[in-house]
Amino acid sequence: MSNAFKVGQRVLVKDGDPPGHIRTPFFLRGKSGVVETIHGEFRNPEELAYGKEGLPKKPLYLVRFLQTEVWVDYRGAPGDTVSADIYEHWLDAE
Amino acid sequence: MAHHHDHDHDDHAPIEEGKAPSEFDLLEQAIRELLIEKNVFSADDLRRQVDRTDSVSPADGAKVVAKAWSDPAFKAQLLSDPKTAIEALGYDVGPAPNLVVLENTAALHHVVVCTLCSCYPRVLLGPPPDWYKSKEYRGRVVIDPRGVLTEFGTQLDDAVEIKVVDSTADMRYLVLPPRPADTEGMSEEKLATLVTRDCMVGVTFPDSPSN
Repeated sequence: MSNAFKVGQRVLVKDGDPPGHIRTPFFLRGKSGVVETIHGEFRNPEELAYGKEGLPKKPLYLVRFLQTEVWVDYRGAPGDTVSADIYEHWLDAE
Repeated sequence: MAHHHDHDHDDHAPIEEGKAPSEFDLLEQAIRELLIEKNVFSADDLRRQVDRTDSVSPADGAKVVAKAWSDPAFKAQLLSDPKTAIEALGYDVGPAPNLVVLENTAALHHVVVCTLCSCYPRVLLGPPPDWYKSKEYRGRVVIDPRGVLTEFGTQLDDAVEIKVVDSTADMRYLVLPPRPADTEGMSEEKLATLVTRDCMVGVTFPDSPSN
Protein backbone atom coordinates (compact mmCIF):
# COMPACT_ATOMS: atom_id res chain seq x y z
CA MET A 1 0.00 0.00 0.00
CA SER A 2 1.41 3.37 -0.92
CA ASN A 3 1.04 6.56 1.06
CA ALA A 4 -1.43 9.14 -0.21
CA PHE A 5 0.55 12.00 1.34
CA LYS A 6 4.20 12.94 1.47
CA VAL A 7 6.32 14.73 4.04
CA GLY A 8 5.79 18.48 3.88
CA GLN A 9 2.38 18.21 2.23
CA ARG A 10 -0.53 20.24 3.62
CA VAL A 11 -3.44 18.11 4.79
CA LEU A 12 -6.87 18.75 6.25
CA VAL A 13 -8.16 16.59 9.09
CA LYS A 14 -11.68 15.37 8.40
CA ASP A 15 -14.39 16.85 10.54
CA GLY A 16 -17.32 14.99 12.01
CA ASP A 17 -18.16 12.81 14.96
CA PRO A 18 -18.70 9.21 13.88
CA PRO A 19 -19.45 6.74 16.68
CA GLY A 20 -16.83 4.29 17.90
CA HIS A 21 -13.23 4.17 19.09
CA ILE A 22 -11.66 7.10 17.23
CA ARG A 23 -8.00 8.08 17.75
CA THR A 24 -8.28 11.46 16.00
CA PRO A 25 -8.58 14.04 18.78
CA PHE A 26 -11.58 16.37 18.59
CA PHE A 27 -9.47 19.50 18.88
CA LEU A 28 -7.76 18.73 15.55
CA ARG A 29 -10.80 17.71 13.51
CA GLY A 30 -11.38 20.16 10.68
CA LYS A 31 -7.90 21.72 11.15
CA SER A 32 -5.19 21.91 8.55
CA GLY A 33 -1.58 20.91 9.13
CA VAL A 34 1.58 19.62 7.49
CA VAL A 35 2.79 16.02 7.26
CA GLU A 36 5.91 15.78 9.37
CA THR A 37 6.67 12.05 9.46
CA ILE A 38 5.30 8.94 7.76
CA HIS A 39 5.32 6.33 10.52
CA GLY A 40 4.37 3.30 8.41
CA GLU A 41 1.25 1.18 8.44
CA PHE A 42 -0.66 -0.06 11.45
CA ARG A 43 -3.77 -2.10 12.10
CA ASN A 44 -6.82 0.15 12.27
CA PRO A 45 -7.64 0.85 15.94
CA GLU A 46 -11.22 1.72 15.05
CA GLU A 47 -11.71 -1.95 14.16
CA LEU A 48 -9.28 -3.51 16.65
CA ALA A 49 -11.36 -1.97 19.43
CA TYR A 50 -14.27 -4.19 18.40
CA GLY A 51 -12.35 -7.44 18.17
CA LYS A 52 -11.80 -7.25 14.40
CA GLU A 53 -8.49 -7.75 12.59
CA GLY A 54 -8.03 -4.08 11.68
CA LEU A 55 -6.88 -5.02 8.18
CA PRO A 56 -5.86 -3.74 5.73
CA LYS A 57 -3.37 -1.72 7.74
CA LYS A 58 -3.68 2.07 7.56
CA PRO A 59 -0.81 4.49 6.96
CA LEU A 60 -0.12 6.65 10.01
CA TYR A 61 1.30 10.17 9.87
CA LEU A 62 2.67 12.62 12.40
CA VAL A 63 0.91 15.86 11.40
CA ARG A 64 2.05 19.26 12.66
CA PHE A 65 -0.33 22.17 13.29
CA LEU A 66 0.34 25.79 14.14
CA GLN A 67 -1.10 26.47 17.58
CA THR A 68 -2.47 29.81 16.39
CA GLU A 69 -4.47 27.95 13.73
CA VAL A 70 -5.81 25.41 16.23
CA TRP A 71 -6.87 27.84 18.98
CA VAL A 72 -8.22 31.30 18.08
CA ASP A 73 -7.01 32.77 21.37
CA TYR A 74 -3.66 30.92 21.67
CA ARG A 75 -1.51 32.75 24.20
CA GLY A 76 1.98 31.40 23.42
CA ALA A 77 4.53 32.35 20.76
CA PRO A 78 3.43 32.50 17.08
CA GLY A 79 5.80 29.68 16.09
CA ASP A 80 4.48 27.17 18.65
CA THR A 81 3.13 23.93 17.22
CA VAL A 82 1.20 20.83 18.20
CA SER A 83 1.63 17.47 16.47
CA ALA A 84 -0.43 14.30 16.60
CA ASP A 85 -0.48 10.88 14.96
CA ILE A 86 -3.36 10.66 12.50
CA TYR A 87 -4.40 7.78 10.24
CA GLU A 88 -4.64 8.35 6.51
CA HIS A 89 -8.39 7.79 6.30
CA TRP A 90 -8.86 10.83 8.55
CA LEU A 91 -6.89 13.12 6.20
CA ASP A 92 -7.67 14.92 2.94
CA ALA A 93 -5.27 16.78 0.66
CA GLU A 94 -5.63 20.51 1.05
CA MET B 1 1.07 15.12 61.15
CA ALA B 2 0.11 14.18 64.70
CA HIS B 3 2.32 11.11 64.90
CA HIS B 4 5.83 10.52 63.77
CA HIS B 5 7.54 7.36 62.62
CA ASP B 6 10.07 6.34 60.07
CA HIS B 7 8.01 4.70 57.31
CA ASP B 8 6.23 6.54 54.53
CA HIS B 9 2.53 7.11 54.27
CA ASP B 10 1.64 7.53 50.62
CA ASP B 11 -1.36 9.82 50.73
CA HIS B 12 -1.96 9.44 47.00
CA ALA B 13 -2.38 5.69 46.98
CA PRO B 14 -4.32 4.67 50.06
CA ILE B 15 -4.63 0.98 50.76
CA GLU B 16 -7.96 -0.22 49.38
CA GLU B 17 -10.33 -1.61 51.94
CA GLY B 18 -13.83 -2.95 51.51
CA LYS B 19 -14.21 -1.42 48.05
CA ALA B 20 -16.62 -3.26 45.76
CA PRO B 21 -15.09 -4.15 42.38
CA SER B 22 -16.23 -1.89 39.53
CA GLU B 23 -17.87 -3.19 36.36
CA PHE B 24 -14.50 -2.87 34.61
CA ASP B 25 -12.77 -4.83 37.37
CA LEU B 26 -15.29 -7.65 36.96
CA LEU B 27 -14.99 -7.55 33.16
CA GLU B 28 -11.18 -7.74 33.39
CA GLN B 29 -11.41 -10.63 35.84
CA ALA B 30 -13.86 -12.57 33.64
CA ILE B 31 -11.74 -12.12 30.49
CA ARG B 32 -8.51 -12.94 32.32
CA GLU B 33 -9.96 -16.13 33.79
CA LEU B 34 -11.31 -17.20 30.40
CA LEU B 35 -7.98 -16.61 28.65
CA ILE B 36 -6.16 -18.64 31.28
CA GLU B 37 -8.80 -21.40 31.19
CA LYS B 38 -8.49 -21.60 27.40
CA ASN B 39 -4.68 -21.76 27.66
CA VAL B 40 -4.11 -18.55 25.67
CA PHE B 41 -1.61 -17.73 28.41
CA SER B 42 -0.96 -18.99 31.92
CA ALA B 43 -1.40 -17.17 35.21
CA ASP B 44 2.38 -17.23 35.53
CA ASP B 45 2.82 -15.64 32.06
CA LEU B 46 0.52 -12.83 33.18
CA ARG B 47 2.28 -12.33 36.50
CA ARG B 48 5.64 -12.33 34.72
CA GLN B 49 4.45 -9.65 32.25
CA VAL B 50 3.03 -7.41 35.01
CA ASP B 51 6.23 -7.85 37.00
CA ARG B 52 8.34 -6.91 33.95
CA THR B 53 6.18 -3.88 33.10
CA ASP B 54 6.26 -2.60 36.67
CA SER B 55 10.00 -3.15 37.05
CA VAL B 56 10.85 -0.52 34.42
CA SER B 57 11.57 2.88 35.94
CA PRO B 58 12.77 6.32 34.80
CA ALA B 59 16.28 5.15 35.76
CA ASP B 60 16.18 3.05 32.57
CA GLY B 61 15.35 6.08 30.42
CA ALA B 62 18.03 8.08 32.26
CA LYS B 63 20.71 5.51 31.30
CA VAL B 64 19.70 5.79 27.66
CA VAL B 65 19.78 9.60 27.75
CA ALA B 66 23.18 9.67 29.49
CA LYS B 67 24.57 7.32 26.85
CA ALA B 68 23.21 9.54 24.07
CA TRP B 69 24.93 12.54 25.68
CA SER B 70 28.21 10.65 25.85
CA ASP B 71 28.24 8.76 22.56
CA PRO B 72 27.38 10.69 19.35
CA ALA B 73 27.01 7.52 17.25
CA PHE B 74 24.55 6.07 19.77
CA LYS B 75 22.66 9.37 19.84
CA ALA B 76 22.35 9.40 16.05
CA GLN B 77 20.98 5.86 16.08
CA LEU B 78 18.66 6.59 19.01
CA LEU B 79 17.08 9.41 17.00
CA SER B 80 16.89 7.54 13.68
CA ASP B 81 16.21 3.96 14.84
CA PRO B 82 15.35 3.95 18.55
CA LYS B 83 14.25 0.31 18.66
CA THR B 84 17.62 -1.01 17.45
CA ALA B 85 19.51 1.45 19.64
CA ILE B 86 17.81 0.50 22.90
CA GLU B 87 17.69 -3.21 22.10
CA ALA B 88 21.47 -3.07 21.81
CA LEU B 89 21.47 -1.89 25.44
CA GLY B 90 19.49 -4.95 26.45
CA TYR B 91 15.98 -3.49 26.60
CA ASP B 92 13.30 -5.81 25.33
CA VAL B 93 11.03 -3.67 23.18
CA GLY B 94 8.95 -6.59 21.92
CA PRO B 95 6.03 -6.04 19.56
CA ALA B 96 4.87 -3.14 21.75
CA PRO B 97 4.17 0.32 20.32
CA ASN B 98 6.97 1.97 18.38
CA LEU B 99 9.26 4.34 20.21
CA VAL B 100 10.13 7.77 18.81
CA VAL B 101 12.83 9.92 20.42
CA LEU B 102 12.45 13.71 20.17
CA GLU B 103 15.53 15.87 20.72
CA ASN B 104 15.04 19.05 22.73
CA THR B 105 17.43 21.84 21.80
CA ALA B 106 17.93 25.52 22.58
CA ALA B 107 15.54 26.35 19.70
CA LEU B 108 12.92 23.59 19.95
CA HIS B 109 11.31 22.20 23.09
CA HIS B 110 9.04 19.14 22.84
CA VAL B 111 6.51 18.27 25.52
CA VAL B 112 4.61 14.98 25.35
CA VAL B 113 0.99 14.25 26.20
CA CYS B 114 -1.69 11.73 25.40
CA THR B 115 -4.91 13.76 25.20
CA LEU B 116 -7.04 10.65 24.58
CA CYS B 117 -5.82 8.43 27.43
CA SER B 118 -2.39 7.80 28.97
CA CYS B 119 -0.03 6.51 26.21
CA TYR B 120 3.49 6.81 27.59
CA PRO B 121 6.95 5.38 26.74
CA ARG B 122 6.60 2.67 29.38
CA VAL B 123 9.37 0.59 27.83
CA LEU B 124 11.91 3.14 29.12
CA LEU B 125 10.04 5.06 31.85
CA GLY B 126 7.72 2.50 33.46
CA PRO B 127 4.17 3.47 34.45
CA PRO B 128 3.19 7.14 33.95
CA PRO B 129 2.82 9.48 36.94
CA ASP B 130 -0.67 10.47 38.11
CA TRP B 131 -0.35 14.01 36.76
CA TYR B 132 0.34 12.68 33.25
CA LYS B 133 -2.99 10.83 33.33
CA SER B 134 -4.94 13.73 34.85
CA LYS B 135 -7.60 15.51 32.76
CA GLU B 136 -6.04 18.75 33.92
CA TYR B 137 -2.65 18.06 32.25
CA ARG B 138 -4.10 16.30 29.20
CA GLY B 139 -6.60 19.06 28.56
CA ARG B 140 -4.47 22.08 29.29
CA VAL B 141 -1.00 21.30 27.93
CA VAL B 142 -2.21 21.33 24.32
CA ILE B 143 -4.00 24.66 24.73
CA ASP B 144 -1.57 26.51 26.98
CA PRO B 145 1.79 24.66 27.03
CA ARG B 146 3.72 27.70 28.22
CA GLY B 147 1.32 28.23 31.12
CA VAL B 148 1.48 24.56 32.13
CA LEU B 149 5.29 24.50 31.88
CA THR B 150 5.45 27.59 34.08
CA GLU B 151 3.44 25.70 36.70
CA PHE B 152 6.12 22.97 36.53
CA GLY B 153 8.69 25.70 37.19
CA THR B 154 9.90 25.77 33.58
CA GLN B 155 10.19 29.15 31.89
CA LEU B 156 10.89 29.21 28.17
CA ASP B 157 11.76 32.24 26.12
CA ASP B 158 9.25 33.12 23.36
CA ALA B 159 12.05 32.58 20.83
CA VAL B 160 12.02 28.86 21.69
CA GLU B 161 9.41 26.93 19.70
CA ILE B 162 7.27 24.79 21.96
CA LYS B 163 6.01 21.71 20.22
CA VAL B 164 3.39 19.63 21.99
CA VAL B 165 3.35 16.04 20.75
CA ASP B 166 0.09 14.18 21.29
CA SER B 167 0.62 10.40 21.23
CA THR B 168 -2.75 9.51 19.78
CA ALA B 169 -1.93 6.20 18.09
CA ASP B 170 0.81 3.58 17.76
CA MET B 171 3.87 5.68 18.60
CA ARG B 172 5.28 6.44 22.05
CA TYR B 173 7.38 9.56 22.47
CA LEU B 174 10.43 10.01 24.68
CA VAL B 175 12.17 13.38 24.98
CA LEU B 176 15.96 13.48 24.73
CA PRO B 177 16.68 16.58 26.85
CA PRO B 178 19.68 18.85 26.25
CA ARG B 179 22.84 18.00 28.16
CA PRO B 180 23.27 20.46 31.04
CA ALA B 181 26.17 22.90 31.08
CA ASP B 182 29.26 22.19 33.22
CA THR B 183 29.05 18.43 32.75
CA GLU B 184 32.14 17.96 30.57
CA GLY B 185 34.08 14.88 31.55
CA MET B 186 31.28 13.42 33.67
CA SER B 187 30.79 9.66 33.45
CA GLU B 188 27.59 8.17 32.03
CA GLU B 189 26.67 6.91 35.48
CA LYS B 190 27.03 10.39 36.94
CA LEU B 191 25.19 12.03 34.02
CA ALA B 192 22.28 9.59 34.44
CA THR B 193 21.67 10.96 37.95
CA LEU B 194 20.81 14.35 36.40
CA VAL B 195 18.12 12.89 34.14
CA THR B 196 14.70 12.95 35.79
CA ARG B 197 11.47 11.37 34.61
CA ASP B 198 9.90 14.79 34.04
CA CYS B 199 12.63 16.02 31.70
CA MET B 200 12.06 12.94 29.51
CA VAL B 201 8.39 13.96 29.16
CA GLY B 202 9.51 17.52 28.40
CA VAL B 203 7.93 19.42 31.29
CA THR B 204 11.32 20.45 32.64
CA PHE B 205 15.09 20.29 32.10
CA PRO B 206 17.63 17.84 33.54
CA ASP B 207 19.07 18.75 36.91
CA SER B 208 22.16 20.92 36.98
CA PRO B 209 25.29 19.31 38.45
CA SER B 210 25.47 22.16 41.00
CA ASN B 211 22.10 21.20 42.52
